[in-house]
Amino acid sequence: IIKWRPISYGRLFATITPDSKKQHHGGLSDQDRIFTNLYCDQDPFINGALKRGDWHRTKDILCCPQEFILDEIKKSGLRGRGGAGFASGVKYSFMPKKSDGRPSYLVVNADESEPATCKDREIIRHDPHKLLEGALIVGYAMRAKAAYIYIRGEFWDEANRLNKAIDEAYEKGFIGKNSCGSGFPFDIYVHSGAGAYICGEETALLESIEGKTGKPRMKPPFPAGIGLYGCPTTVTNVETVAVCPSILKRGGNWFASFGRVNNRGVKLYCISGHVNNPCTVEEEMSIPLRELVERHAGGVRGGWDNLLGIIPGGSSTPIIPKSVCDTVLMDFDDLKDAGTSLGTAGVIVLDKSTDVIDDILRLAKFYRHESCGQCTPCREGTGWMEDMLERFKIGNADYAEIDMLYQLSKQIEGHTICALGDAAAWPVQGLIKNFRHVMEERIDKYKAEHPVTNVPRVLSHLPKKGSHQIYLLNQRKQFHNYE
Amino acid sequence: NDDTYFEFTPDNYKDIDKILKKYPKNYKQSGTIPLLMLAQKQNNNFLTLAAMNKVAKILEVPPISVYEVASFYAMFNRTKVGKYHLQICGTTPCQLCGAKDIMKACEDHLHIKMGQTTADGLFTLEEVECLGACVNAPMLQVNNEWVYEDLTPEIMKSMIDTWKKGGTIKPGPQKGGRKNSEGPLGRTTLLKIEPRVKIRDMPEAVKNWEDEIKKKANEAAEKKKKAEDDARRKAEERIQNLKKVE
Repeated sequence: IIKWRPISYGRLFATITPDSKKQHHGGLSDQDRIFTNLYCDQDPFINGALKRGDWHRTKDILCCPQEFILDEIKKSGLRGRGGAGFASGVKYSFMPKKSDGRPSYLVVNADESEPATCKDREIIRHDPHKLLEGALIVGYAMRAKAAYIYIRGEFWDEANRLNKAIDEAYEKGFIGKNSCGSGFPFDIYVHSGAGAYICGEETALLESIEGKTGKPRMKPPFPAGIGLYGCPTTVTNVETVAVCPSILKRGGNWFASFGRVNNRGVKLYCISGHVNNPCTVEEEMSIPLRELVERHAGGVRGGWDNLLGIIPGGSSTPIIPKSVCDTVLMDFDDLKDAGTSLGTAGVIVLDKSTDVIDDILRLAKFYRHESCGQCTPCREGTGWMEDMLERFKIGNADYAEIDMLYQLSKQIEGHTICALGDAAAWPVQGLIKNFRHVMEERIDKYKAEHPVTNVPRVLSHLPKKGSHQIYLLNQRKQFHNYE
Repeated sequence: NDDTYFEFTPDNYKDIDKILKKYPKNYKQSGTIPLLMLAQKQNNNFLTLAAMNKVAKILEVPPISVYEVASFYAMFNRTKVGKYHLQICGTTPCQLCGAKDIMKACEDHLHIKMGQTTADGLFTLEEVECLGACVNAPMLQVNNEWVYEDLTPEIMKSMIDTWKKGGTIKPGPQKGGRKNSEGPLGRTTLLKIEPRVKIRDMPEAVKNWEDEIKKKANEAAEKKKKAEDDARRKAEERIQNLKKVE
């Protein structure tokens, strides 16, 4: 007996109750911007940084109790900017308050390999001292001994700049044995990667720093218990850490004044793809997607009506069609209600001239290339998905195979050691959910051009066009939010 | 490949000491990736087996660990590459902006396919995954070092010609004269450079926080006391009611 309840996905899984007085978010003023040197108008190194206010009275912050710093970050509502969106104040408070003989480490994740994301690159090459100051403050708050900044190998120029900035900071005494004159010893080191997307995952990153192949570990044990070299570690994104000095200096309440409830603060958005003005901007959270694209990115090529779909958070997030893009806000909760997620806020805009199956195929190729090969669902599954999408691109398939592809992606998602399996499965699920008609048209066209007779079909029941919901009901699988 | 000899230059040994100082002394294996990159750079972008063995000996790890790392990461070239290793990004954001045209232009101009090296050993074409400059798509990286963005097929051809003659090109956005990641039609934010913003007084903020915590603790204690008083009063009333009934 199968229960089929008509569910309106809009309201049932809503994670935020609508505010009584709905504010319009967007339109951040330049005074409220944190990264003022985003386009390198001024000197990115120590002279320009001192003029911009970095390292100004950091000693006062280092003399505050650590609980105060953690409470400020919790009050500001900062959520992780690396894609997962976990509350940063809570995450930093997982570190041990009293050491049991092992030193603690802070690791900054500057491995920006997610397609469509280029925000950390701007922070590192144009405002490195914000990052260093943030690492010092957060390291002090979690009683860490040293910070390792893991930067990807392809960022050769950015790594050079970061090394230069670190040398300058050591010279001026901002970090080192007596950082900023407060008596707290702290070191910052840069470790370069060598070209692997999987090393952006936190446990794979720790393995890579330890000098082994970057294959993720099982969690539990979590890095806050056993991490780098077996010591308590926290892995954070560059933007999360670089925003912390401004939070402490201007107040957690100031940061919480932007964005909606639970989605506070400002964010760097990277808009790429078929827009007239691809750029990186710093804007408030919860800005409507349409306003972001039209105001800062010059609008979609050929007008808003020429839009086919948008991938809102880097390549791991499902694609959303135009009907959703009209009204969705760019924050963690609203996009989760829409069936996708904010991720790293790398917006890819697709207009009607593009072949959406080809784009998702290229992403599937990317994930197959970057899979580390440790666990079977990811290693084999990404290859199968790519092969199936190759056939879907020309249309050499059946309608039932669309559902097979969906079921395959469901078997990869959640059954892997790390989140690369999920990241590989979600774009395919987004394609099938929102652009199934494109795939079916392609199949019809191919069948019209290559008629086949007397070929025995593998499946005994061939679902009709558009009947994927009945097929899924027959599978009796657990319904996810994304459905 | 086994017979070739590899030795670091004395300058590189100084760099190796600097690198190994960054990590705890008993975890020398952390230096695997930096040392391999150093060896590759010294050897014209080509990582030989002898280099891997040498790195293993310096780090005191079994050679298989170094072989594992060298074959896992994409940036280590275990075959010979040309003087200009053109790594063209082909992932979706760049593909949307025409990376395939760039690749075709390179292939036609150099008369080789992707993945091959020219006969004179100058250029090697390779398609790599996302290089992290998606806003300035399409783009390419040369020799894992400089990055050239905002390309078109014509600009690509002129760049290859410049390199053939032995010239150098300024890295960064090649077309339109735009500054880093601001939009090609002009920027929409940071139009005016603001003066330094006023920072709040930290000791005062800490005092406020401590006062708030004390206030919360006091309120919690008062609430608990009030609850206890209420419970006691209700118990007394109940006893009196029972007495009345008796």
